[in-house]
Amino acid sequence: MKRSDLRKILIIGSGPIVIGQGCEFDYSGVQAVKALKSLGYEVVLVNSNPATVMTDPDRADRTYIEPLTVDYLHEVIRRERPDAILPTLGGQTALNLAMELEKRGVLKRYRVELIGAKAEAIERAEDRNLFKEAMRDIGLDMPRSGSAHSLAEAEAIAKTIGSWPLIVRPGFTLGGTGGGIAHNAEEFARIVTGGLEASLNHEVLVEESLIGWKEYEMEVMRDKAGNAVIVCSIENMDPMGVHTGDSITVAPILTLTDREYQAMRDDSIKVLEKIGIETGGSNVQWAVNPENGRRIIIEMNPRVSRSSALASKATGFPIAKIAALLAVGFTLDEITNDITGKTLACFEPSLDYIVVKIPRFAFEKFHGASTTLGTQMKSVGEVMAIGRTFKQAYLKAVRSLEAPLKYHHAETYDPWFKRELEEIEAFRKWLGQFRLATKNAENAKTSSDSPHPEPLCELCDLCGNKGDEEMSSLIRQAKVFGFSDKEIAEAIGSDEITVRTKRQELGIRPEFGEVDTCAGEFEAVTPYYYSYYSLAAENAENAKTECPLRSLRTLRQKHKIMILGGGPNRIGQGIEFDWCCCHAAFSLRKRGYEVVMVNSNPETVSTDYDTSDKLYFEPLTFEDVMEIYDREKCDGVIVQYGGQTPLNLAAKLEKAGAKIVGTSPNDIALAEDRDFFRELVAEVGMKQPASGIAHSIEDARRIAKEIGYPVLVRPSFVLGGRGMAIVYRESELDSYVSEAVAASEGKPILIDKFLEHAIELDVDAVSDGETTMIGAILEHIEAAGCHSGDAAAITPPVNLSDKTIAEVKRYTEIFAKRLHVVGLMNLQLAVKDGEIWMIEVNPRASRTVPFVSKATGIPLADLGALAMVGEKLPLPPRIEPPSALASLGGYVPRSHPSSDRLRGSLRSGDTLPIPRSPNYYCVKEAVFPYVKFPGAKITLSPEMKSTGEVMAIDPDRFGAYYKSQIACGSPLPKSGNVFLSVRDEDKPRVAELAAKLKELGFGIYATLGTSTYLWGHGIESKAAFRISRGRPNAIDLMRKGEIQWVVNTSESDGEASGDSVQLRSAAVATGVPVTTTLAGFAAAVAGLAEDCAESSVYSLQEYHTGNR
Amino acid sequence: MNYSEKWKVERERKAYLALADGTVFHGVAFGAKKDALGEVVFNTGMCGYQEILTDPSYAGQFVTLTPAEVGNYGINAEDIESRKLFLSGLVIGDLTAPSNWRSEKSLDDYLKENGVPGIYGVDTRALTLHLRDHGNQKAFLYVGERGMGNGEREAVAKAREWEGLDGQDYAAKVTCEKGYEFKTGLTGLTRLSGDMSTDPKNPVNLVNPVKRIVCYDFGVKTNILRSLASWAKVTVVPAKTPAEEVLKMKPDGVFLSNGPADPAAVTYAIENIKKLLGPLPIMGICLGHQLLSLACGAKTGRLKFGHHGCNHPVKNLATGHVEITSQNHNFAVLPETVPDCLEVTHINLNDNSIEGVRHKTLPAFSVQYHPESCPGPHDSKYLFDEFRKMVLAVQNV
Repeated sequence: MKRSDLRKILIIGSGPIVIGQGCEFDYSGVQAVKALKSLGYEVVLVNSNPATVMTDPDRADRTYIEPLTVDYLHEVIRRERPDAILPTLGGQTALNLAMELEKRGVLKRYRVELIGAKAEAIERAEDRNLFKEAMRDIGLDMPRSGSAHSLAEAEAIAKTIGSWPLIVRPGFTLGGTGGGIAHNAEEFARIVTGGLEASLNHEVLVEESLIGWKEYEMEVMRDKAGNAVIVCSIENMDPMGVHTGDSITVAPILTLTDREYQAMRDDSIKVLEKIGIETGGSNVQWAVNPENGRRIIIEMNPRVSRSSALASKATGFPIAKIAALLAVGFTLDEITNDITGKTLACFEPSLDYIVVKIPRFAFEKFHGASTTLGTQMKSVGEVMAIGRTFKQAYLKAVRSLEAPLKYHHAETYDPWFKRELEEIEAFRKWLGQFRLATKNAENAKTSSDSPHPEPLCELCDLCGNKGDEEMSSLIRQAKVFGFSDKEIAEAIGSDEITVRTKRQELGIRPEFGEVDTCAGEFEAVTPYYYSYYSLAAENAENAKTECPLRSLRTLRQKHKIMILGGGPNRIGQGIEFDWCCCHAAFSLRKRGYEVVMVNSNPETVSTDYDTSDKLYFEPLTFEDVMEIYDREKCDGVIVQYGGQTPLNLAAKLEKAGAKIVGTSPNDIALAEDRDFFRELVAEVGMKQPASGIAHSIEDARRIAKEIGYPVLVRPSFVLGGRGMAIVYRESELDSYVSEAVAASEGKPILIDKFLEHAIELDVDAVSDGETTMIGAILEHIEAAGCHSGDAAAITPPVNLSDKTIAEVKRYTEIFAKRLHVVGLMNLQLAVKDGEIWMIEVNPRASRTVPFVSKATGIPLADLGALAMVGEKLPLPPRIEPPSALASLGGYVPRSHPSSDRLRGSLRSGDTLPIPRSPNYYCVKEAVFPYVKFPGAKITLSPEMKSTGEVMAIDPDRFGAYYKSQIACGSPLPKSGNVFLSVRDEDKPRVAELAAKLKELGFGIYATLGTSTYLWGHGIESKAAFRISRGRPNAIDLMRKGEIQWVVNTSESDGEASGDSVQLRSAAVATGVPVTTTLAGFAAAVAGLAEDCAESSVYSLQEYHTGNR
Repeated sequence: MNYSEKWKVERERKAYLALADGTVFHGVAFGAKKDALGEVVFNTGMCGYQEILTDPSYAGQFVTLTPAEVGNYGINAEDIESRKLFLSGLVIGDLTAPSNWRSEKSLDDYLKENGVPGIYGVDTRALTLHLRDHGNQKAFLYVGERGMGNGEREAVAKAREWEGLDGQDYAAKVTCEKGYEFKTGLTGLTRLSGDMSTDPKNPVNLVNPVKRIVCYDFGVKTNILRSLASWAKVTVVPAKTPAEEVLKMKPDGVFLSNGPADPAAVTYAIENIKKLLGPLPIMGICLGHQLLSLACGAKTGRLKFGHHGCNHPVKNLATGHVEITSQNHNFAVLPETVPDCLEVTHINLNDNSIEGVRHKTLPAFSVQYHPESCPGPHDSKYLFDEFRKMVLAVQNV
C-alpha cells in the first residue's frame, strides 16, 4: 500500500552524461517522477543536466538545476525539507551523494528518510569487504582477493593470490574508472596508484583474474513483503575482463540449462535479501567458469543501473517506475503490468525473441588513447536490437551502430556465439557467390561443359532455370538470416533499391512482433514492436492476430506522424537530440496526433513505451524505417530532430514516397552546399570567412597564404568537426595535410580563414516558414575555434551591443526565410570588432535546444514540431491540448516572464524579440571523458570531444560560470597555487589575471618563460621546469599536492605541445582542474573575485516565473 | 561444414505441422524421421527444454517452445526427468548447437535416439498467438517419414480424425510397469542447484530416512522423487495399484504425481484416493492435485490453452507471499465445484484459477503447479517440507 506518511520526495539525478553514466538515468528519473506524481506526492528534483526530460519544468513540482554536490543538495534540502530521498534512480552519482549526505548528518538533521535503499544496505553492497563478508555468509563463491589502501598493502595481497594477471578495482567510482588488469608487477603498481586516486574512499580491490570466464547478469526486483522476481537475465558475449558496459550483451541468457539458471536465480534473490535491499531493483553480476561451471559472484548494484535500462527496454518491464512504486510502499502484486493491462507486475517476463546490445565507441576522437577493452568502460553509447533469432538481432544491432563493426568483436567468446558469427560470415560469403554463379550460369548456357564447383551448380540452376520462386526463397532466407537489403545487394553485386524492389515484388515483407512480456500468452495493450522475417511467411497470413491491426482500426482517424530518433549516443549526437524527439512526441500527442517513434537506443526516454503512441525498436536505416512507414501508413515523418542520423535518410525516404514534414531535405542540403551558401551569404550582405578547397599540399599552402593564417582546415567528407584543426603556420599545415590526405584517400581539404579572438554565437530559432522566433542567443565563453559542443556558453549574451543583437535577429529571420525553414534552425556566427560573420546555418535541431528551453522557458522543440505539421507561430509557450485552447478562446497568457514578453510581440504579429532574462544568467559547460582515456590529447579544438554538459543558473554571470565549473566536476579552488603555462600572445592578459589572483591570495607557479614575463610585470611567481627540460616540473608539483589549478593555453606544435599533453593528462589524472583557454581563465578569475561561492539555490520554476 | 546443403534444406521447408482447423505451419524436420499425431500446446519457459521433453505430462502433445533459440546448451544426463520421452513432437523457431560444460549431445541427436520428431523454422510466435486465440489444437506433424498423397489436406484430415486427449487415460500409458524403490536424493546435484529440499536451519537426516512414502506414478518427474527422497524412503507404484495394496505397505504418506491428459478419465485412481484419504497423509501435484480434488468431490474442466510456462505468479493465501511457479496443465479444478471439505490455499494471479487446495479436516493437500520445478523457479520447494511436517504430525498424534 502507498505510504501516507510521506508528502514530499526528493529525487537526485545523475548529472552530465559521462562514460559509464549515460542518459539511461534520465529515462529512469522520468519514470520515477511520473509514478510518484501520479500518486499525489510532491516531487523535488535536482540535476545539473539541462538536456534531460526529467528536468523539464512541468515534470517535477520543483526542479533544481544545480551542481550535484553535497553542499548544493544540502541547500536544496534545507529549503525544501523533503520527507524522503529516493537515491536509487540517479546512478552511482546519486547513490554516492545520498551516502555522503547521510555521513555528514544532513539527513538526520532534517529528518529525511532514504527510501529505495537504506544507507546500511548501500554500504554493504558498495564496500568491498562488507560485501565479501555478506556473500560468504550466504555461501557464495568469491574470487580470491583483498582490498588495499596503499600500494604496499596491494602488493602484499598480490603475493598471497600468487598468480598473474590480477584485476584492480577502485571502490566508489563511476563505471570502473581507474581500474585495470595488471599482467606484471610494473603494470600492477601503475594501475593500483591510479585506482587509489580515482577512488572516493582511497581504496582498491585486488583480485584473482577471471579473464575468459562467462559473464552473466540478473535484474532482480524485490518488494517489502519479500516477493522477488527476475526481470531479465543477460549474457555477455565478451568474456570477463571486458567491462559489461563495453560488452556485446544478449538477453535472455542462452547458454545455461534450467538447473544452472535457477540456481543463479535463487542466489541472486538471496544476495538482495542479504544485502538488505528491501524494495526496488538491483543488478547482480556473475562469472561462470566455462570449463567446470564454478560460479562466482562479481558484484551487485543496489540501484537502477545501465543494465536495468536495457532490461526494461528488452522486456517491456518498467524497472524504474516499479522501483519507485515499491519504494513508497507498494508490493509487486499490487501493481499492474502496463504491457498486458490485466496481469500483475509480480511475474517474470518471458521473451520469445533475442535482444542484442552493442556498445558504440569513439576512439577516433581520442588520439593516443588505448583502444583495448578492459575493466574500465570506454564506450560512449549503445544500440539495442530485437530479432526472432540471435543472428537477426545481432545483424540488426550491427546496422544500427552506423559505424563499422567487424563481425567479430573480441578475441574470445563463448563457442555458441562464435559459431553463430561464423555462420553469419559463411552465409555472407555464400550469398556473395550468387553473382558469380549468375555470371557463370550465363556462360554455362553457351558452353555446357564449363566446370562449376559446388555449390555454384546448384545456384546456376537456381537463377538460370527456376526464376522467381527460387529467387524468392533465397531472398527470404537471407532476410530470415537477418541481412539488410543493402547487405544482400553488396553480397550479390546489386544495389539496395533493386533488391528492395525485387523483394517487395516477391511479397517478402517483415512481420512485426510485440514486446509483450509474456511470449504471446496474453494479449498486449502497449504497442511496442520489432520487425522480423520468418521462413514460413504463409503462416502469418492465416494466423496473424497481432496488435497493429487492432490499433490501426481504433486510431486511424488521427493524423499519424513518425519521429525518427538519433540512434546510438556518440560524441556530437547525444541526449540533446533525444530530448527534442521526446518533445516533438509530447507536443504532437497533446494536439491529438498519433505519434510513431523509431529508435535503436535503449538508454533514451524516446524509447519508453509511453512516450509515443507506438514504439518501433528498430535500426534507423532507410529499409527499416520505410517498412514501418508503409505499414503504419504515416502522414509524415520528422527527420530534423534526431541529429545527423535521420537527416542522412531524408532524401531517400522522400524519394520512396515518405512525406518529410518541416524544412525540406533539399533545403537542408542546400545549407550545406558550400557554393550555394556562399552566394546566399553574399546576397544577404553578410561577411563569411574566406575559404578555399585544396587538392594537394601546394594548393593548401597557396590558399592558406592567400587568406592568411591562422586557418581552419578539415577534410571535405566528414561532418561534426571530425578531423578539424586550426593551424597557425605553414609547418603545421604541412603536417596536417600529409596526415589528412593520407586518411582521406585524396579527397580535398577545406580551408577557411580562422577568425582569431572573435566571439562565437549560437542562435537557436524556430520558424513556421513565415514567422521566426528566436529562442536565445548563446555567447561562447571560449574564443571562436573551439567546437560549439565543447565550448562553455552563456545566455543572455554579455558582450554584445543592442545593435549587434538586432542584427543577429535580422539575419536569423532572413536565413529562415531564404532556406524555407519550417521547424528548428541553428546559426553559428562570429562577432569580431562589432561585425557579424556567418559561420554556418543548420536548419534542424541543434545540441543547444534543450539548454535554451531550460534557460528561457520557451519550449522550442515543441513549437518546432507543431510548426512542422502546419501550425502557425506565434504559439503559446506552453502546449495545451486543442480543447483547452478552444475553450479559453485561443492563446491565453500566463504569468510567465518570457511568455509575457512573447505575448507582447505575439499580438503585434511580428517576430518575437530575443528573450533577455533580466534577473539571471545561464551557463552551459561541457564535460569531457579524458579520465577514461589516459594519454589522449586534452585540448579544445574544432573537433568535438565532450560527452555531456551541465547547466548553471545564477543571478550573477560570473557566479553562473563559477557554478558551472563545480557542476561539471572540476570546481575551481578558492585558495592555493595556480600553475600557469601560456602562449606568448596570451601573456599580457595573463599577467593582469595573475595579479588579480595574487590579490585573492593565490600563489603562482609558472614555466620559466611565463614566470620571467610575470616577474617583469611585477608579479611574484615561482618557476618550474618544462616537463621536457628538467625536474621538478609541474607534474612533480601536482603529485606533491602543491598545485590546485592548471592554466595551460599553449597548444601549437613542437615541444610545448608535447608538454601540454603530459601536463593536462597529469592534471586530469590527479583531479586538478585544468583551464585551457584564456577566456575561460578570465571568466574563472572574475567568478572568484566576486566571491560567487556563496550563491544560493532556486528552482527552475521560480526562475521561469520571476518569483526568485 | 556444408552450408549450402543446410541452407537448401532450410529453404525448401518440407516439414509441416497441420492443425485440425486447417492452418498449416511449415518448417524444417529434425530429430526422428517419424510423422506423428498429437495436441499442440505452447510453453513459455525461457529455458529447460530438456526437462520439458522428458516430462511424461506431455504425452500425446506437440510442445511449441516460445524461446527464440533452442538447443543452445545441449543435453546432459543429469537433467532428465523420466525414463523416456513421451511427447509426440517438438516445435521450435530456431535450432542451435550446444555450448555448455555439461552438454553431452545435441538436441537433434537426442530426439533421433529417442524416436521423437521435431520441426524448426516455424514462426512459433504466430503459432502461439493462434493457439492463444483459438485454443489448443489437434495436429499432424509431417516430417517426411512416408509420402503424403494429398499433402497438407491429407495431414489436416488426419489431425481431425485423431481422437485427441479428452477423456483419454494417458496416465496408464506412461506409468511404470512395476513398483520400485527410488534411490537417489538431491545430494548429487546440490553443487549446481543449491540444496532444494533442506532448510539449513532445520536439517533432516538424509542418511537414514525413517519415513516411507508411496508415490503413485501417473507420469512422475524425477525431481519430485528426488525431493521426497531427501527425507523419506520412496516407493514408486504403478498408476493402477489398488489402495489396499498401498495400505498393506504401511507407508507414512502417499504422494500423487503429475501426469498427462484428462484427470476425469483416470477413474480408478480417484477411487483409490478416496480410500487412502484419511488413513494416510496425501500430497498431490498437477494431475495428482486434480485427482485429489476429484476424489473430494470437485470437478475438473479444460482451460482454453492451459498454463505452460515458468513465470506464473501464484499467491499463497495463507502467507500472502507470491511464488513464481512452473506450470504445465490443460485441465484445472473448476472453482464453482470446490466442495466444502476443501479449502483453496493458492490462486493464480494471472487468471485467479485454483492453484492449490487443502482438505479442511484430513491430512491432504495438493497444488496445480510444480514445486519440484525442473524446469522453473524454486520458490515453492517449501511444499515438500510441509508434506514432511504433515507426515510427522500425523504420526505424533
